[in-house]
Amino acid sequence: MITHLRTLQSDFKIKKMKQYRLDHLDQLESEAIHIMREVAGQFERPALLFSGGKDSIVLVHLALKAFRPGKFPFPLVHIDTGHNFQEALDFRDQLAEKLGEKLVVRSVEDTIKAQNLTEPKGKFASRNALQTYTLLDTINEFKFDACIGGARRDEEKARAKERIFSVRDEFGQWDPKRQRPELWNTYNGKIQKGENVRVFPISNWTELDVWNYIRREKIELPSIYFAHEREVLEHEGQLVAVSNFIQIEPTDNISVKKVRYRTVGDMTCTAAVESSASNIDDIINEIIATKTSERGETRIDDKVSEAAMEDRKKNGYF
Amino acid sequence: MDILRFITAGSVDDGKSTLIGRLLYDSKSIMIDQLEAIEKQSKNREEGEIDLALLTDGLRAEREQGITIDVAYKYFSTPKRKFIIADAPGHIQYTRNMVTGASNADLIIILIDARHGVVEQTRRHSIIASLLKIPHVVVAINKMDMVNYSQDVFNNIVIDYSTVAKSLGLPQVTYIPMSALNGDNIVDKSDKLSWFDGETLLNFLENVEVQNDVNLTNARFPVQYVIRPQTEELHDYRGYAGKIISGIYRKGDTVTILPAGLQSKIASIELGGKEVKEAFAPQSVILQLEDDIDISRGDIIVPGNHLPKVEQELDVLLCWMDSKPLTEGSRYLVQLNSKTVKGIVKEIEYKLDVNSLEKQFAPEKVSLNDVVKAKIRTASPLPFDSYGDLRVNGGAILIDETSNVTVGACMIQ
Repeated sequence: MITHLRTLQSDFKIKKMKQYRLDHLDQLESEAIHIMREVAGQFERPALLFSGGKDSIVLVHLALKAFRPGKFPFPLVHIDTGHNFQEALDFRDQLAEKLGEKLVVRSVEDTIKAQNLTEPKGKFASRNALQTYTLLDTINEFKFDACIGGARRDEEKARAKERIFSVRDEFGQWDPKRQRPELWNTYNGKIQKGENVRVFPISNWTELDVWNYIRREKIELPSIYFAHEREVLEHEGQLVAVSNFIQIEPTDNISVKKVRYRTVGDMTCTAAVESSASNIDDIINEIIATKTSERGETRIDDKVSEAAMEDRKKNGYF
Repeated sequence: MDILRFITAGSVDDGKSTLIGRLLYDSKSIMIDQLEAIEKQSKNREEGEIDLALLTDGLRAEREQGITIDVAYKYFSTPKRKFIIADAPGHIQYTRNMVTGASNADLIIILIDARHGVVEQTRRHSIIASLLKIPHVVVAINKMDMVNYSQDVFNNIVIDYSTVAKSLGLPQVTYIPMSALNGDNIVDKSDKLSWFDGETLLNFLENVEVQNDVNLTNARFPVQYVIRPQTEELHDYRGYAGKIISGIYRKGDTVTILPAGLQSKIASIELGGKEVKEAFAPQSVILQLEDDIDISRGDIIVPGNHLPKVEQELDVLLCWMDSKPLTEGSRYLVQLNSKTVKGIVKEIEYKLDVNSLEKQFAPEKVSLNDVVKAKIRTASPLPFDSYGDLRVNGGAILIDETSNVTVGACMIQ
């Protein structure tokens, strides 16, 4: 009898467990929605930093789940370097229009003119670092107190150390030694006037989680994420799109290749990967098989030094 | 596939970073470019072999000093599970960082150097695990290669540690002998440890059941944000957005709204824009109620009769996290999930020695990293559960209103 009861109990337990169990994507999704709603509940003037890249597209999808049938409690904000992929820009505009949400675009070009900044020189002159100026100006202009971003901790070792609510001083600087303890799922968004918080709802997602989520949720992406033919320049093993923004020399090795983008940043500092993956399943298979990290394969800007990201963050970068 | 969040406690000397590096390396979660980068650094440091520890130290200061200062999060997955590692520093001066990392952990790996056995640091880490109520404990007896893979050494450490675990009431302790440096018993079983019939570390991490740690009985739903579209077709819509932190919610349930104590019924539950009949922890949902009552951020919606306490006097175990000392009579903000109230630390009963569990009554000074038993009085009633009963509704932070910094972690008794 006792044995029988035990079996019944354990049967019930197994049933209960299966029925009320969330898989990893459900758990990550719920965590991200919770973080976004904390932003809505704690801040007066938040913003969602939106680039048209896959991670920020996932953020928009999560915001829909967090706030519909209401409007987003924040505008979408894009810091446009002027070196973006046209496909990503078109996608950005169409998505904002389709959702009926406010889109704010501020351009690095304008900041360069207004503040008389010096454009970086060189073959792949990148405005990546100059984005920080425009971002800080935009934060000032709209008095944003929180900026939601799509950075993930698996991307880079400095990011692995950053809090989900990352407090920045009035210069946007991250001070890794003065980070607030962040306990349980309790987020302290209290700040002084002039400070702001960068909030990273998908901190705990990996590249593969993002792609699996995109597949599961059938999220649309800009076409550059899928294999297409493109004129590229081969430089130190990386494939850089031929554009007006880079210096081409007669000795350069230029060819048309079938490529896709694993990340989408500036045309000058984002490299393509050779691929024939034309749908999400193929992309996921390629990512599972790859032996190179996302940023390592595609970002020219991280290769400067071992602490390149840490230094940029200390200077106000995303 | 689900998620296991675990924390590793130990110092570089115990091989903690090597262990994490080994888990990442042997589960093939390290990419070639990352390996090349650490190879380059290893050479910079004039060390012969690849230093797996370099994988985990993310800040320049950490790499320069060869120590871990702050919690770093690392990720890897196997076909069975996604793993989130909180890699926390082990030294006493970073106790607050360890408490931070431990707060979200389902499991803790406590590293013991087989040559040294249970030492002061082992006790401290175990005490923190018991304070934070981490559900599962793995005692990783490392550097078995340095003691000739001796079963006696292992057995003696198990006997020693059992006493510690018993005195702290630690549940579910699992012992695994290993050598992180050589990869024995981390991912693959080792011939040298053939006398050990338990699972390898990774095997254990893949299979340990954490679903039972989610409380499905005492339901709690802290309101984070009220959704009011105020459009023509949704004129009267009031949705309470939040995460179910424990329990199950069903359409039609009678609910109590705390701290006010009002009652209503659940009219609808929306999950990701779709209406559902029931939802459970840890899902983020929107609840609509049948009655139009005043509910705002910080209120808790509770079905059934297992209500949380609603009180203004809190007995807490408090880990102090600020460089300014804690003094009796100081005022702070108390934040518990989405609710923030003013509070005053009325009485500091005793200070707990985190190395020995000794109580020092009426301590003169409470400094950074100290753990004390204290009484807090809040300006208004706070709905809470005891941390021991319901971890998700019993942990609160203290915020200094002048600096805005998080200065304390409270486990409500």
